[in-house]
Formats: sequence, structure tokens, C-alpha cells
Amino acid sequence: MKQQTILTHQFPNGLTLIGQPMQWLQSAAFALSVPAGSRYDDPTKIGTANFLCEMVQRGCGDYHSRAFVEALQMLGVDFSSSAGNYHTHYGGAMIASELLPALRITADVLRRPHIPANQLEEGRLVCLQEIAATADDLPQQAMNRMKLRFYGDPDGRDSDGTIESIKKISIDDLQKFHQRYYQPTGMTIAVAGQFDFDAVVEEVGNLFDDWQRQPLAEVVPVAPEYGVEHIPFESEQTHIVVGFKGCTYSDENYYLNRCAVGVLSDGMSSRLFTEVREKRGLCYTVFASNHSVKDAAGVFCYSGTTAARAQETLDVILEQLHELSRGVTEAELERLKIQIRSGLVAQQESCRARANAINSNWFHLGRVRTLDEILENINAMTVAKVNDYLNAHPPADFSLVTLGSTALQLSDAKPV
Amino acid sequence: MNYRTHTLDNGLQILAQCNEQAHTSAFGFFVRAGARDETAAISGVSHFLEHMVFKGTPNRSAAEVNLQLDEMGSHSNARTGEESTIYHAAVLPEFQTRVVELLTDIMRPSLRLEDFETEKKVIVEEIMMYADQPPYGGYEKIMESFFGDHPLGQSVLGTVESVTHLTPDSMREYFRTRYSPSNMAFAASGKIDFDALVTTVEQQCGNWDRFETAREPVTPDYNSGFTTIHNPNANQQYILQLAPGASIESDDRFAARVAATILGDDAGSRFYWEFLDSGLAESAGVGANEYQGCGSIMTVVCCDPEEAQNNLARIKNVLSRAVDQGVTEKELVMAKKKIASHILLASERTETRMFSVGTQWLNRQSFRTPEQIAAVYQDVTLDQVNAALKQYPMEDPMTVVVGPRNDLVPA
Repeated sequence: MKQQTILTHQFPNGLTLIGQPMQWLQSAAFALSVPAGSRYDDPTKIGTANFLCEMVQRGCGDYHSRAFVEALQMLGVDFSSSAGNYHTHYGGAMIASELLPALRITADVLRRPHIPANQLEEGRLVCLQEIAATADDLPQQAMNRMKLRFYGDPDGRDSDGTIESIKKISIDDLQKFHQRYYQPTGMTIAVAGQFDFDAVVEEVGNLFDDWQRQPLAEVVPVAPEYGVEHIPFESEQTHIVVGFKGCTYSDENYYLNRCAVGVLSDGMSSRLFTEVREKRGLCYTVFASNHSVKDAAGVFCYSGTTAARAQETLDVILEQLHELSRGVTEAELERLKIQIRSGLVAQQESCRARANAINSNWFHLGRVRTLDEILENINAMTVAKVNDYLNAHPPADFSLVTLGSTALQLSDAKPV
Repeated sequence: MNYRTHTLDNGLQILAQCNEQAHTSAFGFFVRAGARDETAAISGVSHFLEHMVFKGTPNRSAAEVNLQLDEMGSHSNARTGEESTIYHAAVLPEFQTRVVELLTDIMRPSLRLEDFETEKKVIVEEIMMYADQPPYGGYEKIMESFFGDHPLGQSVLGTVESVTHLTPDSMREYFRTRYSPSNMAFAASGKIDFDALVTTVEQQCGNWDRFETAREPVTPDYNSGFTTIHNPNANQQYILQLAPGASIESDDRFAARVAATILGDDAGSRFYWEFLDSGLAESAGVGANEYQGCGSIMTVVCCDPEEAQNNLARIKNVLSRAVDQGVTEKELVMAKKKIASHILLASERTETRMFSVGTQWLNRQSFRTPEQIAAVYQDVTLDQVNAALKQYPMEDPMTVVVGPRNDLVPA
């Protein structure tokens, strides 16, 4: 593993800058998260944060709409943006020399957007198109539904909103949301790749230091709704999502759970791939992964299979989940450890992947786990520890969402 | 970083871009075998064979192949296209010999009947999975319609019927027409012990028999026209168009790709301003596909069904305006910046470099570093881009529309 240094700088207004120099690269990337995610949307106007994320890029600072896009193009920045649950994210990857100019443009997006009323309807159409496209993505639809049920609102909220909610949002709503939530408290900027950290600190200071802070907002959550739901749809395959309790990133059991889920799903020799696909040929896709929001986490298993074989697929998945509670083997854990190590080493080849991981770490932990630290944590796992954990926390209390032509039976799910 | 090659007596080429500083190593077999090499009776066999390669050899069961790939912590996969099948694995350098030993072993698969029948079910599920996904068979339909009788019109996946009828024997017969050592290359990148690599490959593959393989690069009679796939369950309308483009062999392929970037990249292109900024479409793009002896330019727009008819007219307008009036110097500069940045970011990944080595061998049996490729793009002139637009004008395309509308007409 290459040497890893994590550098941080805390600005008085609440903005945190985190950097990991990767001097072996010729590129640099930044990932910026402003605490203006969809959880702060008015519940009758879900999609506001996402709509605003679209509108702030229609002109900002001295740039009109087209000039903004062209300025990024001239720097060769691969720019990205998305509204998440807690944060709205802006990011870019580029040739190292263009990092500071790219940050300057991004500061205009955040602090001086025009939010032009005469482009409101174009922006709204973009949001409506996204919703329609997701409606054609059946696995995503089933997964979104599971997250909403499993986490409740706003943690499980789909940031895109609905056609109805998007239609209600006015220019005034967008401007007010921007004024209230685009602010430095709780905002992070992660940079990774080749850069001079002192120069980045100075530039970020120039760009954001005088931005006035506001307190973070509180949100009243709605309780989750576990159980079974079937979404009838005339599709070739039935899309199956099984959910049960997972571990948040900050949970002391996180790595134990990571290992358990890894044995279930990481690699071609994993239990789900072997039992569902390789031995029985029931599906093309099957996986499970731990998903964490700030204070809750779920393990979600997915498979898509033709209707006639869907019940058997679900039964085999459940059988494997029950089987997992009986423990993992030495060989399985060893395979998993080497897979994780290999993945961590590969992460060093991408400044973009690293910048995103750093930002996510900061949100969940308030600090950054270096790749070495993650590796140490993983290496400290033993079969005994993982099995003790599984014994105390066996996969149970399953929720189920299916989308397809026929509903499936989940014997031990809690009734709706 | 240095580029090294070695050819075995049976014709198998070993190609590596070695980087002493890298922390990972990537390897891949690149085989000139794809849907265009099939007949209708064995449609889907290249892709099915790709799956069967992981199902074991006289030395390993299917489960052992999976286990050993995971024991090395490999990131491995395979893909099949119209012209090639690629098998690849990335590992930590300490596993070089083991992973090469495994990859070379599985390239001579047993094709056991029981594994074959189980995997057939997986393939059928894969076909069904794509049937549920946009553009709902639109890609297969447009390739078939555009290329007509030309083998490039053949589906990679095949159909449930064609796959169901395949047997281990018909697959073996196909294998014997394509998987000659002289028709494949073994590519590597990252931290590579090249001499050890040659030794392992020689030991493992030196006894593979070389045989004749043929692929006639017939020039297609490209078709134009308009076809509808009615899918009332879809929310969006999907518009696909294909028109003739630059081939792998043609010198103007770089200019044609720059033209496609200016017209249809996902940010700042002409399609971006026409369709995405305006909210008239959810996605819109133009891309160049190069094949042996021919090429195509594909346009894809996903939009609200209500806008589909107007969007067909808008696509035509944007494309013909570009052909008639050309693009601007400023657009060229932006496209070059974007391409340079993209190549640099991609080249920092060991796996991407390995793909570059292998793909260049498939295409032209040549090699340029990512840096050299970036330089070629920087030398493309405005005149060359505008000439490419005139050479491949996209004015009379094959169009396939998929979605809830069944009343759309050509623009």
C-alpha cells in the first residue's frame, strides 16, 4: 500500500476541507457535500433539493447558463452533481493543474447561482424526465420501495420526488431552499490526487471563508414500515428485494457484519452466487449488500428471475440467510480478506473514488479511515468473532418487496 | 513504463505494458470471436461459450474456478460483443503466476453436459433480464435492421429458442473455428514480471494446436428505414438511429469520434443543449462504433412519449445542420480538452491500460500508449472533423422507436 496522509483544515464557519495527496497520479478530484439534501424537502414538495441542484447550474456568478458549462469543458472537468438524502453533492475529476479553477467555478454554483425564473420549466422537465426514466428501471423501483419502507421518511426518501410533487415546486421554493440550506456548517470538500494542500486551503478560504453559517436543520422522522409488499407489473422477470437489519458505518460491529455479508455475496464463490446462480441456474443477477444511512442500516438482497422460478429463488435466498446464522468458515473469511485487500489497493488508482470515499467517511465517522486502517480492521476479523456476531445477530425479521406478475410468499415476514 | 511482446510458435501473442511502479496487475485474453462469426443455427454461442469458459476444465471443476479466482482476490469478468470475446482478471502482483495459470487453463474448457444445461438457464434469465430493460430489444432490432444480411446484424445474446437448441457439440465445433492461439492474444499491464509471464504462458499454451480461422470483412449494404417496437408498459420512448461510420481501418476514425463528441457527448455537446438542457429528453447521445471493414454512428434519445415525434425532427435538424455548416473551432477545442482529460483519468487504472493493449491488438494489431493516443486526438483539425461529418452524414439512418407510442413516423 502506498503511503497515505490525510490532511484536514477546519474553517471557522463550519466548512471542513480534507485532502489525501496521491502524488503518483497526474489527476485530481474533488467531492463536495453541502448539507442540503432531500431530507430537508417539504414533505409535500419532495424533489426540491434535486430540482435546485439542476437550477443552480443554469448560470452562476459571472457565467450565464451556457458559459458555465463551457467553462467546465474548457478545463476538461468531468463534473457531476446529485441530490442525496443528507447532502447535495458536487464533484469533478480532471488533469491536476485544473483543480483550483474548477473549485472556483463550483463556488459560484453554490454561492451565486442565478436560479433563473425563465428556465424554471426546462429544469422541471429535466426532473420529470428523471422520474419517468427510473420508472422504466424495475430493479431500481423495487429497491427504492424497499428503502422507503425499511427506513421510513425521510431516511428512505427517493430524492427525485414524484411527478405530483415536482409540479408543485415554485421558483420561490427553490430560492428559499437555497438561502436556508446552502451554507458552510456541515459542508465538506474532499480533494484527492496530485495537489498542493496549502494552495488548496488558501483557495478554499478565499472562496468560502466569508460565507455566513446557519444552524443545521432538524427533521421529524416517520417510522419505518417493515413487512411485505408486492408491486404488480407485467414484466418478464420478478424483481425480488429482501431486507433485514444491517450495521451503520459507525457501528462497532460494522466490520463483523461486513464480513458476514461478504461471505454471502462478494465474489463468484460467495454463497448466494453459488447456491442461486451456479448450482441452480435460477438467475443472472443475485447479490446482497449492506447499506447505511446515518443512524440506520439495512442489508438488501436482490435477484431478478422469471415468474415461474421466482418463489424458488426467494426460498433459496432465505435458506442461505438462515444458514448464514450458523456461521462462516475459515476458508470463506480468508478469501474475503484477500478480496477486500485487493479492492483497497485498486482504489489507489482513482482519485475520484478516493475523494468520494473520504467524503462519505467524514459524514459517517467524522474522520477518515485510511486504507491501511481498513485493512487492519479487516485483518483483525476472525471466524470466532464473526460467528459470535452472527449468533447474536442472525439475519431475521425479513422485509420483502417484489415487483412482477405474481406475489411471492415470505413465511416469517411481519404482517403489514 | 515499457511495452513488451512475445509470440509463441503456435501464433499466440503475449503483449504487456509493464509498469514497475504499479501496485496491481491486470491480465486478459482477447479472442476474435463474436456474434458476427455465428450462423443463425448457433446464434448466441459466442456469449454462451464465454459463460462456459468459467465452468471448468479437465483440471478444475466449475466451483474450483470460482473459488480460486476469489482466493486470489481477483477482480475478474468477461464480455462478448459482435467481434470479440474478452476474459480478464486484475490481481495483486504476488498472484501473477497463479492467475495466469488459471486464465490459460480455462481457455480450454471441458463443456460438461450438466454444467452446460444449468448455465443455459442462467443465459435464458439474462435474456429475460434485458427484455425488461430499456430499450427493450431495441438494440438488437436496430442492428438487425441496419446491417441486414451482414453478420454484424446478429444478436450477441441470441434468442431463448436458439440458446435452448445449442449443444456442447455445436459449441465445440464453434470453438474449433475461433479459439486458435493465432486468433487470440494475451494482454497484461501493471506490475508484470514479463519473463515469468512468457514462461507460464509457454508452459500452459505452447501445446495448443493452431488452426485456420477466417472472417471475411464483407462490406455491408447498410439499410435505412423506420421500425416501431410497441411496448405499452414503458414510461419513456426510446429512439435509436444507426448510420454508416468510420471503420477500424480508416484513418478518419479519430476525426469521426471527435465529431461524435461534439454532437452527442453527455455535457456541453449539441445534443446536450438541444435535448438535455431544454428538458426535452432524459438522455441523448451520439457514439461511434468501429468494426472490421465497416462502422456505424449510433444516436440514442430517451424522452417523454409526447415529445418523441418532435424529437425525431430535432435529431434530424441538429445532425443536418452540423453536416451543412460544420462545427466551430471552439467546439473542437472543448472536445479535445474533454478527450484528453478522459484518457488521462482512464489511463491511471491498470485494468484500463490492459484493455487498451488488448483492444488495439484486436483492432489493428498495433500499440500506442494512452499518451500517444491523446496526442493523435490533439492533432485532429477542424477541417478533418468537418470532412468526417460530410463523409458520414447520418442523414438517412435506420430508426427504431421503442415504447408506448405506435404512431410515430419518420421525420
